[in-house]
Amino acid sequence: MSRDLRERCRRTVQAARVVSALGQRSVRQTFRRPQLMAPLLVFPSLLLAIQSSGAGRAPTLQGFPELGSHTFFDFLLAGAMVQSTLLAGNTGGIALAVDIEMGFTDRLLAAPIPRFTIVLGRLAATAALGLVTAVYFLIVGYIFGARIEEGILGIMAMLAIVPLSALSFGSIGAAIALRSGSASVVQGMFPLVFVILFLSSAFFPRGLLLEPAQTVAEYNPLSWVVEAVRDPSISAFSGDLIAKGFGGLALIGAVGIGMCALAMRRRAGAN
Amino acid sequence: MDSETMTKNLANEVAKDVGNDLAKDLAMVAALVRRSANELLRVPGAAIPGVMAPTIFFVGLTAVFGSLTQLDGFHADNYQSFLIPVSLLQGAGFTGAAAGVNLARDIEAGMFDRLLASPAPRWVLLAGIILASCLRAMVPATMLLGVGFAIGVHWPGIGGLLLAIGMIAAMASVASSWGALIALHFKTQSAAPLMQAGMLALILTTSAYAPRELLTGWLHGWAPINPATHIVEAARQGFTEGVSWGGTWPGLVALAGLLALLVPLALREMRRTGA
Repeated sequence: MSRDLRERCRRTVQAARVVSALGQRSVRQTFRRPQLMAPLLVFPSLLLAIQSSGAGRAPTLQGFPELGSHTFFDFLLAGAMVQSTLLAGNTGGIALAVDIEMGFTDRLLAAPIPRFTIVLGRLAATAALGLVTAVYFLIVGYIFGARIEEGILGIMAMLAIVPLSALSFGSIGAAIALRSGSASVVQGMFPLVFVILFLSSAFFPRGLLLEPAQTVAEYNPLSWVVEAVRDPSISAFSGDLIAKGFGGLALIGAVGIGMCALAMRRRAGAN
Repeated sequence: MDSETMTKNLANEVAKDVGNDLAKDLAMVAALVRRSANELLRVPGAAIPGVMAPTIFFVGLTAVFGSLTQLDGFHADNYQSFLIPVSLLQGAGFTGAAAGVNLARDIEAGMFDRLLASPAPRWVLLAGIILASCLRAMVPATMLLGVGFAIGVHWPGIGGLLLAIGMIAAMASVASSWGALIALHFKTQSAAPLMQAGMLALILTTSAYAPRELLTGWLHGWAPINPATHIVEAARQGFTEGVSWGGTWPGLVALAGLLALLVPLALREMRRTGA
């Protein structure tokens, strides 16, 4: 092994250790503060419970996709999971902004570690939270009679897409935190989470949304992600939908990471 | 001076004292309401979340669930008219919860201790919080009605509009009593999610999304016993069918019941805080 390659390996391992340490710190921080963790589970659970019963007759509408033996609750489960990942992204952004306000991020910037690890550590924690919420909603779904059409494979697909979705949305939250350095600015983005959700097929089939939401939902990557999570739970796998879901995640992630890189460069330059 | 005249004079003096005390108490309530209004004028940005959230929910839910009007048995021809009272009450709920958060902030900052040390009776402090919320709830309500009429909400008529406004003010009283109760019990702003989620759950677990007969599952059983269902349906009358006494009184009874429960509890918590 050449010296150059050995050095590169050493740096990669070192960066992975930093990401892991920062990720663990972020996860602990979230679990220690119930006000950070609660919205991820409480709001989506509340809306899931209310909407599944409040609009429970929706599947009888003309134009509603055939659900077979599944209920509107099963249909909404994917929306609740993705809603939770959006909130996890927002929460991750708030926690990063608090670190910036407290001066912790400045100390990390002064430390001999690659800058990308600061963001990646936070995103790893957000992805871990995404996994926790996916497991939580699968358990809630199981308790209330939801059945995953594609069985174990379907569950594995959901457990892969949901954390990735948290990571992608987390990158947007992190970028806003790095750019603004203010927790209240990131907190102020909270209502936007619902705007994005309402303009997607998270709660209702695209074809039954009213205009202009229907047209926006068509091009909203969030719709592709939700449909990819929903697909294995209420019908047989569709390669197209899964591919579109991953495409949506890649698009959101690329935009978020790009924004993070720009904001980090600016912040590091200012220091 | 005979004893009859003495009794009359004494009665007059007592009445004068009581009148003076009441006037002082009311002046103090007015001062507390002015303080809350000043807050709104000095930091208008603080009101934005309370205005934005119900408006986003109203427009968003209309776009998402608007097709539900095609269901057999859905008695409104336009979903925005069906939904607007829910959003108006939700706005009142958020405003009331915000009053609780502000009270918790005052407790944390020591401002509330100063109010407790003043000669103001405890009910005056609570009345100030409740009345201020009733007035502040008109801010999101105005915004929502403006947006609603712009996107096709039916004109409810003067009677329907006044009824809706009355229901909003009363709901803000319920929500601020709840917010004050939680703030006084936990004494921290971290309890804010409990204040907001409590109101959200109360208002949305009703016939918010569809008429009672179209609800399914647990909500079909719960909505009829949730007092907020009667409040939502009373406020909805003008927007969907027409105001009637039969549709109004259950809402009034429900509001009176909630206030009769929450106001004494908040007052008890306030007395404990000051003890």
